[in-house]
Amino acid sequence: MTARTIHFTLNGAPVTADIKPHHNLVELLQTHFGLTGARESCGQGLCGCCTVLVDGRAVSGCLFLAVRIDGTEVVTIEGLDAGGKLNPMQEAFVETGAFQCGYCTPGFILMANQLLDAHPDPDDDQIRHYLSGNLCRCAAYPQIIDAVKLAAKKRKTIAA
Amino acid sequence: MATITDQGTAKVGAQVGRSVPRLEGRDKVTGRAEYTHTMRLSGMLHVKLFRSTVAHGRIKSVDTSAAKKLPGVAHVVTIEDVRKVIPDPYYGPAFHDQPILADGKVRFVGEPVAAVLAADPHVAEQAAQLIVAEYEELPAVYDEVEALTSKVHVHDVLKPAGTFADLKHLKDAKGTNLALDYRLRRGDVDKAFASAAHVFEHEFRTQKVLHLSFEPHATIADYKDSGVTLHTASQGPSFVRTEIARLLGWPENKVRIKVPYLGSGYGSKLYIKLEALALALSMIARLPVKVALTMEEMFYQITKHPSTFRIKSGVDKDGKIIARKCEVYWNGGAYADIGPRVTQKSGLTASGPYDIDNVWIDSYALYTNMTPAGALRGFGVPQLVWAYESHTDMIARALKIDAVEFRRKNLLREGRPHPTGTVLKDAAIEKVLDRLVERINWKQPMDRGTGVVRRGRGLGIAIKAVISPTTSVAIVNVSADGSVALYCGTIDMGQGSDTAMAQMVGEVLNMPAESVRVVQRDTDVTPYDMGTLGSRSLFHMGHAVRRAAEDAQEKLKALACEVGEPEGSNIPIPALFVKKYGMQAGNVIGTGIYKPDYVPPAPGTGLSSNVTPFWMISGAGAEVEVDTETGHIKIAKLISVLDIGKSINPKIVETQISGAALMQLGFTMFEKMHLDGGQVTNASLADYKIPGFHDVPTAMENLTVDVTQSNGPFGAKGVGEVSTFCVSPAIANAIDDAVGVRLMELPLNPESVLRALRVKAGKPLGDE
Repeated sequence: MTARTIHFTLNGAPVTADIKPHHNLVELLQTHFGLTGARESCGQGLCGCCTVLVDGRAVSGCLFLAVRIDGTEVVTIEGLDAGGKLNPMQEAFVETGAFQCGYCTPGFILMANQLLDAHPDPDDDQIRHYLSGNLCRCAAYPQIIDAVKLAAKKRKTIAA
Repeated sequence: MATITDQGTAKVGAQVGRSVPRLEGRDKVTGRAEYTHTMRLSGMLHVKLFRSTVAHGRIKSVDTSAAKKLPGVAHVVTIEDVRKVIPDPYYGPAFHDQPILADGKVRFVGEPVAAVLAADPHVAEQAAQLIVAEYEELPAVYDEVEALTSKVHVHDVLKPAGTFADLKHLKDAKGTNLALDYRLRRGDVDKAFASAAHVFEHEFRTQKVLHLSFEPHATIADYKDSGVTLHTASQGPSFVRTEIARLLGWPENKVRIKVPYLGSGYGSKLYIKLEALALALSMIARLPVKVALTMEEMFYQITKHPSTFRIKSGVDKDGKIIARKCEVYWNGGAYADIGPRVTQKSGLTASGPYDIDNVWIDSYALYTNMTPAGALRGFGVPQLVWAYESHTDMIARALKIDAVEFRRKNLLREGRPHPTGTVLKDAAIEKVLDRLVERINWKQPMDRGTGVVRRGRGLGIAIKAVISPTTSVAIVNVSADGSVALYCGTIDMGQGSDTAMAQMVGEVLNMPAESVRVVQRDTDVTPYDMGTLGSRSLFHMGHAVRRAAEDAQEKLKALACEVGEPEGSNIPIPALFVKKYGMQAGNVIGTGIYKPDYVPPAPGTGLSSNVTPFWMISGAGAEVEVDTETGHIKIAKLISVLDIGKSINPKIVETQISGAALMQLGFTMFEKMHLDGGQVTNASLADYKIPGFHDVPTAMENLTVDVTQSNGPFGAKGVGEVSTFCVSPAIANAIDDAVGVRLMELPLNPESVLRALRVKAGKPLGDE
């Protein structure tokens, strides 16, 4: 199958990649850029382990064809700790122990950030509802709720 | 410096007992933690497997010609090719029964028959679809009870690995599906049943469920004639090394197993899984080869054991259980994996945490034509507790005795012999029950509802022995700048072991746990460990780590003495090295080994005076709301109470308790692999549902009782599995309490409840 060249912004930097039409976003990030924070698990867009932000919107990287990335802005988990400083959500996940094996964690963090962008002060039900498309087999759900609430506080402190 | 006795007597120190955030936390939240499934080596080939579509059959032909012709395909491999590099291509921890690729026969749907290797995984996948196999289908056996007497035999001849003494008698056995029969005989059950005032007999079943760790199985093998390196998602690199060395006929020092973080395991990545296949393929390709499964393929790798448990109890007129007979059938699937150990190690506690004079246990490991079954978070114990704690409630109900009072009357108490004969010590069964009763307000009446929705509550208690006897080795390396590295083979798959081990080192050497470096698992540098399984690591490796740290501490003291420091000198460690070597140079190496005492169960009777170095004690309570029109069940409250000795890291302990309880909630309420003619019909996350945010009970309590494990490191013992044990019966007992129906088979889904309600009302629903 013919390769084609795409251009996009990856975690703030302009990049180029030669891809094939059947490649998905996870493959693109792993094979071309060595970024493994978005990882395929269920392969059906149901678990959230492959979550990536495309033009600010969370997508399932395992179902998102790489060709569609052309001309977009892509943010992955690796883009969140620019300059070596953890994002408030990342800090909150560490402090509340909101993960065990860590495989699903990048997806949860990206999705939870999107949640706080839309609802800066969510209650438990909002958190559960918004994050219900992400799954954690270690079932750190109670701690994830704690983390999101802690991150909401941290964001307010930063904003204040 | 901190000092402790060799028994590891509990003491409150600066590091142990502190909720240290996980050491690897930063790597995990930034997406930079390394997992095998996303690893790549230069020049690596990818593998796609061609799998059997029949459950049992003779292979008539495998046509790989079209696949081989596809551009980009490097190799297409069948067992004939494997034999050229590994003449005896069979592996397994208990039996050498599993071929690297199907050999003459297939024994379950999904069994790997051929492998395609290509630089591009998409090419490999396309080529795998061009392979055509013809089979002569044979009758298959799926049910574990039928398998015991079936004329269908999964294996023609049994081949015990030789590792386990209680399997040796099965060498060359023919005409059987029985891969182990564990027996316990205590007292005289027949006589006791004859004298009992009441006899109860029930049969319970559990379904086939999957670990479904989010990082699917993955192994990269890099074979060279001088040595082989495997990067693998494994819970037991030491065992993998032994088994790979055996297959190669090599010494272990030419085999290197490297394990990064695991995207969890729950028992699925124990012993040997893809490693032998990856090795063979790398030998054939003479390049690094990666075998990485998709989630769908995990349904054909390893599962939990389905089980049938026939339990019979004799009770005297005062409500004392005087006899219990347990027949447990474990559905092990096509290859034994560790099933025989599950059968024995859990089997010996099948009569529960009760003081019963006359006990008879038969626990059978059985081959069937399904995906192999192995350990899953509890090593068989959740299947047993589901049965014996449902049974216990049913007896109490029939005798009109309060379910807690009935348990109290029969509890196994400290100092009394467990049915194996091992005297109970540091097993806080009564304290766990007390706390559970208090937290669930057992003595207070509850609002049971009057309309469509009815409420009820239930509980269960359990006991487990740890897998024995097993060995752990650890090394503590003090560098000349005073920094410390720990080398231990325990795999951190999310349970937080790296952090807990670092805390123990820090406790002994009086330094922050955060400053201790836990070296990534690599059998070239990390010493032997039996495996990360069965909640054994904190106890066994914990002791080894403690001893290694103490050994380092002693050597530092000796070094201080040697360089002329006075007794009790608190010279900083870097200054000590400079004094010895004249510059920042040298190391102090502390080593620690731990293997507990153990007496194997006697053949025939299963009795042992020392069957386990520690007991795991668990209790769970549930409050449910049942919709009597739909059968829908809401878990309003789920309480776990455990005896885990002292907590090394209370926060991690809490997440282990809630995580394990929620996992078991999935196995209890809805998870089930549906099988049709041996074919899994729901092999995907779309069709096999696991707990999500909306399945978390409205209220959860994750509690421990305040006790000390007197022979544990810093008073601690394992916690990884313990809160799985009682979830299923607690919920089934609560459903019975709410609506008066008794479910005998997992899962407890709305359909089962509704069917039972309609049967009770005399208006049974028709078949599906």
